[in-house]
Amino acid sequence: MRFAVLQFPGSNCDQDSFNAIRDVLKQPVRYAWHKDTRIDPDETVIVPGGFSYGDYLRCGAIARFSPIMGAVKDAAARGQTVLGICNGFQILCEAGLLPGALVRNTGLHFLCETVTLTVANNRTRFTKLAQDGETLRIPIAHGEGNYRVDAGTLKAMEDHGQVVFRYAGGAPNGSLSDIAGVCNKEGNVLGMMPHPERACEPLLGSADGLKIFQSLLNHS
Amino acid sequence: MPDPAITPELIAKHGITPDEYAKIQQILGRDPNFTELGIFSVMWSEHCSYKNSRPELKKFPTTGPRVLVKAGEENAGVLDIGDGMAVCFKIESHNHPSAVEPFQGAATGVGGILRDIFTMGARPVANLNSLRFGPIQGDSDEAKTNRRLFAGVVAGIAHYGNCIGVPTVGGEVYFDPSYTGNPLVNAFSLGILRHDQIRKGAATGAGNPVFYVGAKTGRDGLAGAAFASRDLTEESKEDRPAVQVGDPFMEKLLLEACLELFQHPEAVVGVQDMGAAGLTCSTCETASRGDSGIEIDLALVPQRETGMTPYETMLSESQERMLIIVRKGQEKVVKDIFAKWDLDAAEIGFVTDTKRMVVKDHGKVVVDIPAHPLAADAPVYHREAKRPAYLDKVQPFDIAKDLPEPKDLSGILPKLLASPTIASKRWVYRQYDHQVQKNTVTVPGSDASVIRIETPKGAKYIAMSVDCNGRYCYLDPREGAKAAVAEACRNVTMAGATPLASTDNLNFGNPHNPELFWQLRECVEGLAEGCRVLEVPVTGGNVSLYNQSPKGAIDPTPTMAIVGLIDDAKHITPSAFQAAGHAILLVGGIGSEIGGSSYLFEIHGKKQGLPPRVDLQHEKKFLDAVRTLIHSGKVKSAHDCSDGGLAVALAECTFDKGLGAEICLPAPSTKNQEQRTDISLFNETSARAVITVDAKEVNDALVHFKKAGVEAAHIGTVQADGLLAFNVGDALRVPLSYAVAALRSSFEDAIPHLMES
Repeated sequence: MRFAVLQFPGSNCDQDSFNAIRDVLKQPVRYAWHKDTRIDPDETVIVPGGFSYGDYLRCGAIARFSPIMGAVKDAAARGQTVLGICNGFQILCEAGLLPGALVRNTGLHFLCETVTLTVANNRTRFTKLAQDGETLRIPIAHGEGNYRVDAGTLKAMEDHGQVVFRYAGGAPNGSLSDIAGVCNKEGNVLGMMPHPERACEPLLGSADGLKIFQSLLNHS
Repeated sequence: MPDPAITPELIAKHGITPDEYAKIQQILGRDPNFTELGIFSVMWSEHCSYKNSRPELKKFPTTGPRVLVKAGEENAGVLDIGDGMAVCFKIESHNHPSAVEPFQGAATGVGGILRDIFTMGARPVANLNSLRFGPIQGDSDEAKTNRRLFAGVVAGIAHYGNCIGVPTVGGEVYFDPSYTGNPLVNAFSLGILRHDQIRKGAATGAGNPVFYVGAKTGRDGLAGAAFASRDLTEESKEDRPAVQVGDPFMEKLLLEACLELFQHPEAVVGVQDMGAAGLTCSTCETASRGDSGIEIDLALVPQRETGMTPYETMLSESQERMLIIVRKGQEKVVKDIFAKWDLDAAEIGFVTDTKRMVVKDHGKVVVDIPAHPLAADAPVYHREAKRPAYLDKVQPFDIAKDLPEPKDLSGILPKLLASPTIASKRWVYRQYDHQVQKNTVTVPGSDASVIRIETPKGAKYIAMSVDCNGRYCYLDPREGAKAAVAEACRNVTMAGATPLASTDNLNFGNPHNPELFWQLRECVEGLAEGCRVLEVPVTGGNVSLYNQSPKGAIDPTPTMAIVGLIDDAKHITPSAFQAAGHAILLVGGIGSEIGGSSYLFEIHGKKQGLPPRVDLQHEKKFLDAVRTLIHSGKVKSAHDCSDGGLAVALAECTFDKGLGAEICLPAPSTKNQEQRTDISLFNETSARAVITVDAKEVNDALVHFKKAGVEAAHIGTVQADGLLAFNVGDALRVPLSYAVAALRSSFEDAIPHLMES
């Protein structure tokens, strides 16, 4: 399965995503520079974490206008897989590819720790290898991970199975309905605040993130 | 507007003595103009020239078989780690700016040390920091200020480190009244590179173009180096413009662009970051190192404010800028890469063979100074040193006479665990992204930080720790400094590493005060001896003087950072107990030295006594014995005894997995009468650790330590019941028992309660 990891000015988890895919998943992967306009029809797009454009204005607000995002939107419309991690999730919300928005953590502090997620929907291509309600230990590292969406949309999302991950035992950042990750109606675009690429090796504390990547490989 | 006239008042305001002014006249063969006066003021400030400390710094051991770039040669030292790979690291202070503007002061401290690393050609992969503040408990104005400084500094470090994507993997935070008004922010960074990627900061090759890359120059941080070379006073608030403002996003772009440029070695002759004294320092130092001259025109320097004078442009400390000496003909390589990253890359001048630093403004010469005398020939002072009188008051302490043993000891351990210096720093490191770059093997909260380094020949592991007990150094500067080296080496050893090298940050008061200078000299000699015997050469570091306010000086604080190497992942050892049934060994004896301890200070309010003696040969034996046992595969966990002694160390071991322990303390080795229980539990005698092994390995482990000449005893067993119990044994008259969960609450809640309510 071919992967393309986007690179914006200020992305800082692009290398981590690239390395996890190349070295642990052992799949072909390339970088896609923000000024380019090409995403191939067989590529899975990773929108990585970091501080694109220094989080100026709002997190992800400027990246959504990058030339590469036109190609990403086309790829999403074609049904290709798009996975947004942390800042990537923020960019996908700003770009309108996912509902809702991410705002400042309730405690107002940046939070870095390993949390327990529950799989709220194991029928998506991102979670097919997980059991319903299975727990995954995955690190978070963000200052703006508080997911917000209006009540009507939230209800529709829950009815359609668009809530994919929740923080077990309550969201440390105040996220509505303890939401940690959501997908679009079609199920091919997922955004999650936790970093699965940081949880692919037991040496680093948890390999639970692999389940998400392997579900994708299984799907293709 | 014409420049101000050079008057004696103006010269004094620039921190230049009449003798120094005479030397400037001699170097130039004339009077300096206003801009040149400013240039000498910053280059000859303590912060840039180390004029008061250089004779002392010569005492450090700086060479070793692994040292590739040694202290003083370049912006940071470089150490071989095998297989053609190297690490580049350094520690630096940003104390004065953080006192006045904690967020930006700390943020730009991180930015500055990062630039020192990537200017050498290394990709920064880990940051640590050592922070010190006055006490944060209570409602006094001072406590409120200390809390504000603490919160601001941590937020500033988080802001910068997280955005640029370098994990902050560890550090220490220490509280003491002497730091009220004078917080210390010492920032450490480590980067990795291949031997053939080392870049140096020399300007050579007459005619080679000089490029300015990165952020535009403004008026911020004006004369920050001179600000850092003065005592802090009430008026220091007016020095706020001397605090630089950082933009980590800009630095991330700069870092990536520079590392990409360095992949074209034919294009890059020399590189230097613009830190303290900005454009001034980078131009004259590269020229001096290259034994050449340099000429620039300020009209070509990207500026973000209008009407900047040459004085302002040369002395500005605007952040996120680098100077690159490019090989003639390769200019397009530089321009293309920086255009890709949307950064300014301006050709502002060229290398000459005149050995002079010449600065023009729209073609008119405004500065003309010989480079070498300016950069490398600052006056050197041998300050007067006098043993301070206070030592005779604070060193004597007879616990038998001065402090009867409390009848009820049970409240002491929880209170120690809740004292901010000992308490969990999770409130701090939770704000730092400590996992970006996906190589953090040991997260904050353990004895040392351990990261993985991928090499073509497989992974290597680097352990790092930064330590200093300022109270020990106040009570006995020489022993306290030796203790800093010993403690940092001990911490990396607990993780399974071999200590390889060090970097130091000397934080002291005003060097013109003979008693404070004596502290500096004693600490340097203690550090030097420690680094020599423990074989950790100093690869570079930083000196921060004038850390005092009208209320007084800080405790002498020679912060020591140690870098160690672990060749095999299976040697990486956790600090905490791993499983019930494991046998607990106390290595290094029960100890007896209570002077200078956290017990005396936090519980009884006494900053008194002689701190524990550091027998460096014994330390070496201890470190080697622990490391070889770890390498044999027998060790399940290893945690050293430090602040709070054995009782605190044992409690800390129970927290991670919520395991308990049943402890029976051995009798003290040489005493006619039984040692007091409080001394046994809380003394801080050096070279001691709590180690666990499988029950069946106990005898082999004890034999191992006996052969190594290190005392060791089997003192207990890890339990599943969540109780930490000290039983009546030889040394303990009254049993003590604690629920681990309750101790952990004291430990974990202390700082959040103080900072969030």
